[in-house]
Amino acid sequence: MRITQGAFSFLPDLTDDQIRSQVQYCIDNGWAVSLEFTDDPHPRNTYWDMWGHPMFDNPDAAALLLELRECRKVYGDRYIRVVAFDATHGWESVKLSLIVNRPAEEPGFRLSRQEGAGRLVHYTTTPYAADRPAGNRYAS
Amino acid sequence: MSALAEAAPPTAEIPAAVDLREEFESSGVKDVLAELDRDLIGLAPVKKRIRETAALLLVERARKRMGLAHETPTLHMSFTGNPGTGKTTVAMRMADLLHRLGYIRKGHLVSVTRDDLVGQYIGHTAPKTKEILKKAMGGVLFIDEAYYLYRPENERDYGQEAIEILLQVMENQRDDLVVILAGYAQRMDRFFESNPGFRSRIAHHIDFPDYTDDELFRIAETMLGQQNYHLDNPAAEAMTAYIAKRRGQPHFANARSIRNALDRARLRQANRLFETATGPLDAEALSTISAEDIKASRVFSMPGNKASGLGKGDQ
Repeated sequence: MRITQGAFSFLPDLTDDQIRSQVQYCIDNGWAVSLEFTDDPHPRNTYWDMWGHPMFDNPDAAALLLELRECRKVYGDRYIRVVAFDATHGWESVKLSLIVNRPAEEPGFRLSRQEGAGRLVHYTTTPYAADRPAGNRYAS
Repeated sequence: MSALAEAAPPTAEIPAAVDLREEFESSGVKDVLAELDRDLIGLAPVKKRIRETAALLLVERARKRMGLAHETPTLHMSFTGNPGTGKTTVAMRMADLLHRLGYIRKGHLVSVTRDDLVGQYIGHTAPKTKEILKKAMGGVLFIDEAYYLYRPENERDYGQEAIEILLQVMENQRDDLVVILAGYAQRMDRFFESNPGFRSRIAHHIDFPDYTDDELFRIAETMLGQQNYHLDNPAAEAMTAYIAKRRGQPHFANARSIRNALDRARLRQANRLFETATGPLDAEALSTISAEDIKASRVFSMPGNKASGLGKGDQ
């Protein structure tokens, strides 16, 4: 099951050139771009691991692509996303994020139901990938 | 026949002819070169090389448009010359030129020295160098006194690591940034001898000649003019004498020496006005540098030989 988080995730995967234009758009808006990766695709897992520092003073998207290539070499079997952070006063938050790398196979989520008192049911989703220990979740 | 036609990529229509003159004017290259001619005094060989480089790039661009060339030409350069001969200034113009020709996307100049690239302990150098390279992407990376990167006397020096990363990026990301190395001619030669990788990756070597006395005088006048100062006639003579004497003394740094001399002359002028003025001063008095402001310089009281010159400089 294809994970859809962040911008453009219902589209086919962006090519590197398309990523470059998106990132350049972010930089031209004055947002700091950075890379984050994870192997826990649960939608509530907002804190992904950082790849390097946010790039506050790089005027060109080539710098991010350079890092993306490096990151793919190491974590090519995980999810990698570009995060664009707007540091202006009053915002100080992420303005745009998009997935730029995903595992070859995405097993999807298990839905479990827990029956409580009366007829109450609690629903929980668990990524199948999370059954395996962190670091070995997606065979590359 | 039809197979050939099919094989051709479906690009936008390829122009049958290119008017280089028109390209030259519309791309803004003409303005950059004219500015270079107007603003920079002397440096005739440098200007000639830049003109040639610009011509090459224009032709290359036209060829690309016609589908004759595919590879980006190597644009990494080395600027060699004595201190104060305008290497940084020209590098800045170069960034502008390359930007207007579309060879770099942003046209900014990141000027660094060894300290910015090389770390102090193991594992510190690579991130530091990469950080700078990332900052320079889309523009020009100007490495001043590049030969300090390589220290043959210390085999565990981290400079080598920075050099390796630089070479890798220079080779693989020619579209993304242009590297300009700068430094004194002899030491740069030695640097290239011990790092053949650099030599082969740098296509353009530009040598910056020293300024003549006459050019230095014109530079002095221009610098003062920009700050709304001027020399009166005796001061102009004093300045000419100053330049001739200063050249023979140690630590002579061409235009930079002149700039420093002028800064000190302004200081003395201010002091003189402060001490001698009895009534209100007009703009003329406030912007005139007179002979005594220049004549008071140490240069006139110093013999042209090195040992005593250094001793005095320390005081």
